[in-house]
Amino acid sequence: MRSSFVSFTLNGEEKELLIAPGQRLVDVLREQCGAMGTRNGCGQGGCGACTVHVDAVPMLSCLVLAELAEGCDILTIEGAARDRTLHALQEAFVAEAATQCGFCTAGMIMAAKALLDRDPAPQREAVVEALSGNVCRCTGYEPIIAAVLAAAAMLARLPAAAA
Amino acid sequence: MTRLRGRGISAVNYPTGMNLGGDPSQALIHATTTGNFVVTLSSVDLGQGLRTIMTQIAAEVLGVPPESVIIDTADTDTGPHCMGTFASRATHRIGNAIIMAATEARNALLDVAGEELEVAAADLETDGDGRIAVKGVPGKSISVLDAALAAHFKYGRTISGRGIYLKPRSYPDFETGAMDPDSCQAHACTIAEVEVDTETGEVRVLKLTSAYEIGRALNPMMVEQQIVGGSWMGMSHALYETTEPYYPDRAHGPVDFAEYLMPGPADIPQYDAVILERPSASGPFGAKGIGEMTANSPIPAIANAIFDACGVRIDELPITPEKLLRALDAAAVAPRR
Repeated sequence: MRSSFVSFTLNGEEKELLIAPGQRLVDVLREQCGAMGTRNGCGQGGCGACTVHVDAVPMLSCLVLAELAEGCDILTIEGAARDRTLHALQEAFVAEAATQCGFCTAGMIMAAKALLDRDPAPQREAVVEALSGNVCRCTGYEPIIAAVLAAAAMLARLPAAAA
Repeated sequence: MTRLRGRGISAVNYPTGMNLGGDPSQALIHATTTGNFVVTLSSVDLGQGLRTIMTQIAAEVLGVPPESVIIDTADTDTGPHCMGTFASRATHRIGNAIIMAATEARNALLDVAGEELEVAAADLETDGDGRIAVKGVPGKSISVLDAALAAHFKYGRTISGRGIYLKPRSYPDFETGAMDPDSCQAHACTIAEVEVDTETGEVRVLKLTSAYEIGRALNPMMVEQQIVGGSWMGMSHALYETTEPYYPDRAHGPVDFAEYLMPGPADIPQYDAVILERPSASGPFGAKGIGEMTANSPIPAIANAIFDACGVRIDELPITPEKLLRALDAAAVAPRR
């Protein structure tokens, strides 16, 4: 088995990287791309801290082989803010005090963003469902759920292009 | 299937800090040439918000904006001594050390500003927004930046301060055993409302209502964060977190945190938090510690609520469905009178 070149888009930027067989996407993002916002938590798909979007689908980057990212469009927490403006979810996480130690935050925001991208006005139950694969040890979840609902309300007031 | 509801209450007194061989923490503060103030600590922020609280305390005492305070908690090898972030002690111990250090640094700052403005330092006041003015004469003023520059380049002085807070060791009285182990006590009361499923043994916490008396809430939003997060953690300790049971042997038990049960976002109760303030004489601005106790008071409240709901008293945590069903079976064989 030999390393191979893999091309993908990371937060809108073209990447071509030499990837060893079996390398995990989370490690490639953090160590080769310097995208340290994505956290490597349990490393076995149990905590959601490493959630990124692959072709607009939330995935656990610790369970994705980097070789399979060929041609994919990958979005990480670094790509959530645009033009130096925080995403509504990031604003809401600050306003609702939805982060303490911060280890789960990037994964929470990426999981929530996937929800809001397909359902801009979710009910509370849908938010709970969307976050159910993400573990938080500090907040008691309520501030996170409140932040996602607040972000949805914030986005509803914005012109569609800004969302 | 029967679902029984119950309500339980708990009351907690919780010490701020501890005693051991004495409990000190230090803070060192110095001004940079840009008029920022670096607060050097060995205390660690675990996510509870220590850096925010220490920024608030330093800014308040120095009389400068929070943006010009830099909290440096870099390295316990090189920083001033701190006993650590535990025992709900950080706000109290380190906050008091910062007050002492910031008072000395503020006096040094005002001394330099007084020389520049040719007035006595005692006649100066800070506006909390980066300027130092003669009391009652707002037009006669100097910026903190200019005072810092003058200290460095004109007077050859440091604008700095040293602070320490020590809770001295308290030995028990030989006759009575009485001692003074802590600096103050915070108080809490939690009411838990639960629903017990007597067929599955599962307990659902519907609501946790808590009142916390914590002296002074230096940052009310972060106090509420601690209460809500602690309520969840208390519920988790009361009902979920264990590496048992495992059948038929340990090899079948959970081996890592991915298999370790904790309540998720679908399992949370309604949280309600009330903050009461009775300032502590020894606390920084009257504050007491809020950290650890928030995870404690929900536990007895939930256990009491289960007793209220189904009449069985379980005194070993966590109260898993298995333990509850066994207790219900035992109670059915020997009904309570």
